Amino acid sequence: MPPLLRVTDLRTYYFGFRGTRVVKAVDGVSFTLEAGETFGLVGESGSGKTTTCYSIVRLIPPSARIVSGSIELEGEDLLAKTQPQMREIRGRRIATILQDPMASLDPLFSIGDQVAEPAYYHQALRGSKLRQRVKELLAAVRIPSPESRMKNFPHQMSGGMRQRIVGAIAQAGGPQIIVADEPTTNLDVTIQLQYLNLLKDLQRATGVALIFVTHNLGIVAKMCDKVAVMYAGKIVEMQSVRGLFYNPKHPYTRALLDAIPKLGTREPLYVIPGQPPDLSDPPTGCTFHPRCRHVMERCRTEEPCEQHMGDGISVRCWLPIREASRE
Amino acid sequence: MSEPLLEVRDLKKHFAVGHSMFGKAQGWVKAVDGISFTINSGETLGLVGESGCGKTTTAKLVLAAEEASAGAIEFEGRNLANLRGKELTDYRRKVQVVFQDPYSSLSPRMRVGNIIAEPIEAHEHASRHDVRARVERLLELVGLRPDMARLFPHEFSGGQRQRLAIARALSTNARLIVLDEPVSALDVSIRAHIIGLLEEIQERLRVSYLFIAHDLAAVSHLSQQTAVMYLGKIVEVADSLELTVTPLHPYTKALFAASLPSHPDEPRAEIVLTGEVPSALDPPQGCHFHPRCPFVMPRCSEQEPDLVELSPGHRVACHLYP
Repeated sequence: MPPLLRVTDLRTYYFGFRGTRVVKAVDGVSFTLEAGETFGLVGESGSGKTTTCYSIVRLIPPSARIVSGSIELEGEDLLAKTQPQMREIRGRRIATILQDPMASLDPLFSIGDQVAEPAYYHQALRGSKLRQRVKELLAAVRIPSPESRMKNFPHQMSGGMRQRIVGAIAQAGGPQIIVADEPTTNLDVTIQLQYLNLLKDLQRATGVALIFVTHNLGIVAKMCDKVAVMYAGKIVEMQSVRGLFYNPKHPYTRALLDAIPKLGTREPLYVIPGQPPDLSDPPTGCTFHPRCRHVMERCRTEEPCEQHMGDGISVRCWLPIREASRE
Repeated sequence: MSEPLLEVRDLKKHFAVGHSMFGKAQGWVKAVDGISFTINSGETLGLVGESGCGKTTTAKLVLAAEEASAGAIEFEGRNLANLRGKELTDYRRKVQVVFQDPYSSLSPRMRVGNIIAEPIEAHEHASRHDVRARVERLLELVGLRPDMARLFPHEFSGGQRQRLAIARALSTNARLIVLDEPVSALDVSIRAHIIGLLEEIQERLRVSYLFIAHDLAAVSHLSQQTAVMYLGKIVEVADSLELTVTPLHPYTKALFAASLPSHPDEPRAEIVLTGEVPSALDPPQGCHFHPRCPFVMPRCSEQEPDLVELSPGHRVACHLYP
């Protein structure tokens, strides 16, 4: 049995005018996703996490191109598909939830019409069956009185409700994977907690796999089973969520964990020096070396490859290798 | 013990909505409805709450950008409402602001040096040479290079822009800086930079902050005191560390429960609030929080609780506590 989704050595580059400038937004990303799993993709802005998502559903902008790699959904190569074939997959097998619910809902169509669309196309439901399904979907995302709410338009709803509608649309086609790109950044904390709990309940009910893109490590701690940390277009560390929080391997992961304020202490925060690199002209060797606490001579010249350390842990760093050889 | 710099007493701001043809208001939004707090010099008060709770209106009132409907703001012992002309200008010089979005709060057409120099030129008759020297010192203070004064804002990253906004706020020797969600738009690693910088500046210049945010961890990290707002009212105020250990008001407890864990096995009191913040146009009777409160009693829908001091410095407005 192949895994539900297998991404191998994915490279998506943005090309500037006449190819004068190449930005390696995603540069060799590999991971697998099993059914019912929640996979977290963490990183700061510009680390390539959103481009990775868009590459999976093949919705990258015209200036970008998937240069190499493969994306397999249950063994089928998605990169070999044409856009009309992809349309059969998007919504039906892989759905997306984007960051801004106002921008992802059409202001001119009623909530009912928008939730009905995937069910209409992908499950060929019509008439009263379709209406019934829409009602169920709205009830599943806890929209009060779905019958009357169906006739409403997005501007009549609050931010939290709109994001729940987007969740209902994602569910409508009965997908195996939902890609959620920072779904709660615009929500208030209590509404965010409601929404995250809702997603978990939906996942329990339908067994859908989630790819959760976020820069918030708290969301990762709450939601994910497996986490990949991205930096400058590469996955620098991947392991189970407990492993990541209790035994982070990569200095960047450790630095990120030390940089977040924690409740109940006023210890100074660790500050990662410098800026994220310019991806059209990344540093030589390890891309993190100019900002790393544990930089060694080797890091400046030689790029670390992905090291598999057992238990599903992989890391791109020379340091754990040196530590391992010492033992 | 440091003396109070800003004292806010029973401050109210009501906005009229839905004017009819002859200008009669159809209703009132009580954006800020009787809040009181004190900020000592060199200290920070954190103000937390969800959108629509009146945090930003409070900030505008303190910045003298809005006029209060009732209540008093006293700064260095003088009532803001009585300040006129030169005195009001002087108040505005001493109370500065840093906004959330460093992309829209800096003019894209001005050089960074001019952006930082503008408040100095508006408030003082300093020579060009003096102004330039001060701009360079300010840039160094916020961790940027003095020669960056010639650049435009688009040449800076988000974190650097927020440094520029801080430099601008400090340019006229402000005593109080209102920080309106200064780190929410920034990445994790940059956030730590800015929080560290704000702490360092406070230590060096003894400036006070009114820190408005919805991230409880960041607020409790930076502020000595934290006030929690809900629908125009302060429901709880306490020392920040004490508040994290023993939150009393059910809404504060829910906020802490909703703030995300710092590791996967962190024990959590699961208080999941149902529903959303009610409209401020038609707030619930009695305690504003009662329709969402898990510990609601019959009394809550009838009588509005007062903010009472339970232990020194810890005040809460809830019928659960005598």
